[in-house]
Amino acid sequence: MTRKLLLGNEAIAHGAIKAGIRVATAYPGTPSTEVFSTLINFAEEFDFHAEWCVNEKVALEIAYGAAISGARSLVSMKQVGLNVAADPLLTGTYLGVKGGLVIVVADDPGPHSSQTEQDTRNFANFAKVPVFDPADPQEALDMTIEAFNISERYHLPVILRPTTRVCHVCQDVNIPETYFTSPKARFEKGSDYVIFPNVSRRKHSDLIDTLQNISEDFSTSAFNLTEGEDDRGIVCSGVSYYYVKEALQRLQVKPAVLKIGTPYPFPDKLVTSFIKDKQSLLVVEELDPVLENEIFRLVGKTGIKTELHGKNDRLVPGVGELNVDLVEKVIATWLGKSLPEMSVAEKPELPARAPILCAGCPHRASFYAIRKAAGKKSDVVFTGDIGCYTLGTMPPLSAVDTCLCMGASITEAQGIGRAEPGRKTIAVLGDSTFYHTGIPGLINAVYNQYPLTLVILDNSTTAMTGFQPHPGTGQTAMGEEVPIVDMVKLIEGCGVKSIKIVDPVNLKAAVQAVKESLDYQEPSVVIMKRECINLPGHKAASNPVFVDEQKCRDCGLCVTEIGCPALVMEKGQKPRVFETCVGCGLCVEVCPFDAIQGGGR
Amino acid sequence: MQSQTTNIMIVGVGGQGTLLTSRIIAKVAVDMGHDVKVSEIHGMAQRGGSVVSQVRFGEKIYSPIIKKGDADIILAFEKLEAARWLDYLKKDGMILINNARVDPLPVMSGKAKYPEDIVDKIKQHVAKTREVNATDIAVACGNARAANVALVGVLSWAIGIPADKVENAIKELVPAKALDINLRAFNEGYKLFS
Repeated sequence: MTRKLLLGNEAIAHGAIKAGIRVATAYPGTPSTEVFSTLINFAEEFDFHAEWCVNEKVALEIAYGAAISGARSLVSMKQVGLNVAADPLLTGTYLGVKGGLVIVVADDPGPHSSQTEQDTRNFANFAKVPVFDPADPQEALDMTIEAFNISERYHLPVILRPTTRVCHVCQDVNIPETYFTSPKARFEKGSDYVIFPNVSRRKHSDLIDTLQNISEDFSTSAFNLTEGEDDRGIVCSGVSYYYVKEALQRLQVKPAVLKIGTPYPFPDKLVTSFIKDKQSLLVVEELDPVLENEIFRLVGKTGIKTELHGKNDRLVPGVGELNVDLVEKVIATWLGKSLPEMSVAEKPELPARAPILCAGCPHRASFYAIRKAAGKKSDVVFTGDIGCYTLGTMPPLSAVDTCLCMGASITEAQGIGRAEPGRKTIAVLGDSTFYHTGIPGLINAVYNQYPLTLVILDNSTTAMTGFQPHPGTGQTAMGEEVPIVDMVKLIEGCGVKSIKIVDPVNLKAAVQAVKESLDYQEPSVVIMKRECINLPGHKAASNPVFVDEQKCRDCGLCVTEIGCPALVMEKGQKPRVFETCVGCGLCVEVCPFDAIQGGGR
Repeated sequence: MQSQTTNIMIVGVGGQGTLLTSRIIAKVAVDMGHDVKVSEIHGMAQRGGSVVSQVRFGEKIYSPIIKKGDADIILAFEKLEAARWLDYLKKDGMILINNARVDPLPVMSGKAKYPEDIVDKIKQHVAKTREVNATDIAVACGNARAANVALVGVLSWAIGIPADKVENAIKELVPAKALDINLRAFNEGYKLFS
């Protein structure tokens, strides 16, 4: 047994290695990213294949293909990624697998860094896939190994569903020494992997029987624990278990506790025996009332009489993260206990600090050019997308009017333009997102003759999630140099006739390119090409800008127009340049009096 | 048991390097035989948003996040952020404030004013307030980029963990070519108030 200080995501990766994975795939997304980025570091040593895929659907299908060939496979993604991968998931569950297939789907209560607070436990229920719900990094590792065992035993994909406070919590973790050796993979022809309506009916029926068996198994699983004896009981899962434990200790009360690590298929037997002698139950869980609704079902099924509190009676908040403060209050209310007064230091009113595009970020220049091209008072609708550049919605850029999901900038623009003929739209998305789900929307615009103006912010990386390569970078997850999937040829191949490539910091050319694209009567694309300043290996600033105070006329445009964090101007003072300036020179272009100088391009 | 738990919040602006600091402290706490949980913020907030890393260690740690009014020490990489988390500080807790100012967007765009007297305001609430000029320390040691590690020094002193144990953790986590400067910055930080 080795002990190591590991992030939950790293622990999952170590579990997968011990489980003998042969194939690992992923598309990055917070809070799941480090599962795969850890795996990359061990792929050579443990001889498995690892690849960043263009999107989650592709990633799951590749892992599924490997699994039906008998190879243990792992695919990881964030919760909204599973929406993209829903199609192969639902059918893959009917068809089943041969080698273990574990799908890591990270949920994000809060949300800290996501579009939705969707609950993957419900998704698992909908897709009829068993799901494990770890409470800490140690359990995440242990459950990963067990998820592979269950997957192989029952020939079903299995979901491991950590949340942000497991993924990004660091703990000293026991890593077992032994690891599973996969048999050699071989796809056997003539096996049962073709979906068809009559196959589907048979498979569905088998699936329901299998889930019944897994529910029985889960009723004796070590990941479901009962603690204490009392006629009042708390049922909880994931990190909420630890909030409950700490709150009980603070309140000095001892109701019985049932922690559920396997929410679907629900361990009916175990839970029935826990609730049957309870006069009152409280369910503490984040996101949806999954356990709570299952207990409602059980109460109906068994006729057990008990009070049931949780989200349905609004005792537990239905949105956001839980924490010890909240859970302590909930338990105190449930038990009719008063909480000791707590005095905390008062904090003064403070300006909010939302995330912001970095100093020198090429997206700032791109958005500024887009605004300029559209004209100050113009009515052009800016459809945005998912990435660092969603921050383009913030003032002073204010160049994102709607943002829905990966790739939707291109298609939302078409819908808006169709609903309101003549209304101009500009769709903006990044390079990685374009490869992810942007291309079908572009083909649709060409096919249906929508005069799309698409601006691709090509910064040569997937920046928001930590600089992963993609098909346009010519590098794989393993760092191999491979031929670039040429964005321009791809767009040409889709039938787009007007494609322009500009450096967004070259403001005049960038504005001109977008203007021409807006006037063009057919689909057209402007590629704003400039590397992310945070890319490892990006040259540090050699030539930051400086203000010529003689020439400066205090107009403040350099600050109010672009909002760069490296440039600040206080009332009655000249603009100041901070050391974070990378010398991109956008402010040099913006200043009408040539008062900002330097900056190297 | 609660009293045996040490709760530390490391707060700042995304990109300032709070993650490395919390990992160093966690490593030392593990080496000293404690149960440890660290909670970090990744993703969008790391793009210049308000960020917090939480380190808890003791005999047995349940929750990975700290309760309001329960932090023994807050280490703030930036002045304004020090104030943002004040309600998490214990009554007799200590706050260590790096004398750095990073303007948030509302200040940059002139919609809000940066509270100049913020440290004085904090002092009115928190007796154990210490100001640090980590950048000056780091520059004196040879590189402004060692400022984080100077703050690790100050924090280690505040927690009361032995310097040599932290030095070992730094040796493991900091690249060899920057090690000398970082160790010097750490020691200057550690000595600052001792």
